[in-house]
Amino acid sequence: MRSNLVIEARNVVKTFGDIKAVDDISFEVKAGEIFAFLGPNGAGKSTTISMMTTMLRPTSGQLFLNGHDVTREKDSARKSFGIVFQDPALEEELTAYENMMIHAVMYGIPKKEQIPRIDEMLKLVDLWERRDSYVKTYSGGMRRRLEIARGLLHHPKILFLDEPTLGLDTQTRNLLWEYVRRLRDTEGTTIFFTTHYLDEAEEVADRIAIIDHGKIVATGTSKQLAKQTGTKTLEDAYLELTGRMVRDETSLSNNGLNVRTALRNRNLR
Amino acid sequence: MQLDVIYVLWLRQMKRYLRSRSRVVGAIGQPILFLLALGYGLGSVYKRAGQGNYLHFLVPGIIIQTLLFSGVFWGIQILFDKRFGFLKEMLVAPVSRTKILLGNSLGGATISLLQAIFVLIISIALGFRAYNWFYFPVWILIMTALSLMLTSFGAGIASMVEDFQGFQGINNFLIFPLFFLSGSLYPLTNVPTFLRILSEINPLSYCVDALRYTMIHQTHFGLAKDLAVISVALVISVAFAVNRFDRIQV
Repeated sequence: MRSNLVIEARNVVKTFGDIKAVDDISFEVKAGEIFAFLGPNGAGKSTTISMMTTMLRPTSGQLFLNGHDVTREKDSARKSFGIVFQDPALEEELTAYENMMIHAVMYGIPKKEQIPRIDEMLKLVDLWERRDSYVKTYSGGMRRRLEIARGLLHHPKILFLDEPTLGLDTQTRNLLWEYVRRLRDTEGTTIFFTTHYLDEAEEVADRIAIIDHGKIVATGTSKQLAKQTGTKTLEDAYLELTGRMVRDETSLSNNGLNVRTALRNRNLR
Repeated sequence: MQLDVIYVLWLRQMKRYLRSRSRVVGAIGQPILFLLALGYGLGSVYKRAGQGNYLHFLVPGIIIQTLLFSGVFWGIQILFDKRFGFLKEMLVAPVSRTKILLGNSLGGATISLLQAIFVLIISIALGFRAYNWFYFPVWILIMTALSLMLTSFGAGIASMVEDFQGFQGINNFLIFPLFFLSGSLYPLTNVPTFLRILSEINPLSYCVDALRYTMIHQTHFGLAKDLAVISVALVISVAFAVNRFDRIQV
């Protein structure tokens, strides 16, 4: 494996029952890259992220994070990434500070570094003043910022952002991307994100992969994708590649949970 | 050993509990209601039947009730964590699932133990008298084993069901029957055969019996058998929880 590859997927397949959610995908992300993962609902984005973040086991194929096989060296793989989930994953009945502390302990951050790092991160995302407020009193944007701060607390090599700007106002969205860029520039953190806003991908991402029906249909810079499809913008290229049909939202979203539920219900019937 | 991970997850449960006054009060409301309504309501009938003081008889059962309902409830927190997302944060952390489970379950167990002790104190205020107060440490030991057993049981169940509707069914078809068929509310001597059999296969009956023996010196199965069943049930339910929690996919 080449050393500058931080994420590497080799022939990854994930099936739920007889449905192939992810169908033999391979891709690579280099250190310090901002990589966007695009695709319609149910294309296999979340399933892929769940596998990369050790929450789901691939049916076959291999996934490496920072050189660690996610199924064999779970803990080392886990230490190398931070994640901001699609839905908030905070403990609402604790304060922001307490949420950060739980994370610090779970990731084995040395005791004397815990407090300075938490302080630093909370200041960075502008939540220092509100550190002792319960998370349930936070707005959507504040929660997102807190999750980013938390995801970065253990200095991960990779940051996964699963639709991080969903439901955020323009100001917060700009702030978020500005911050993500700065993070890459100063820390060299590799960013892997999904989004439905193509303008974000076009503006922020160094490279883009488009996934549809569980397969990667194209990879490249937004210019390359446009050129490849003979279109002018990323949006046109995207539509050219994935078609104009509206997808069934319940099919494969939710990490395939709906698929599993659907299969289970079918078996019951 | 990462004991600090277990501690921090335990602490999280404790903070959640102590900060919510309605939870503190709500969880002991039901047992107190049972104590008052049944203890005083049925007391005279029980006495007339020549069985002695019903309140004394009832208290061990009500303590088991407290442990059962709050233990399972706090075990079920995993379901809330699944619903509100925090479970994902725990599962992607570089920590073994057993430790995550242990931290959460020990927190739940501590909370239900505290509530049971609180109910015991109120029982004493209402007139409960043990036959030998020196057995107090033994009560606590039995209660601790039960709280861990029942929280683990709840955690195992929560790992299996997908949503809150499932939990409702478990409450109605599992928890309530376990409670009513445990001899918490009535003596198991002279009950109809089918009821006796159901009670004998219910591990909770042995918990009630053990506590009743050490509190008011009255037993149906004998303490040795009680303790044996409790130990086995404790091991099985912890193993069940570990096994189920290990399979959760979010």
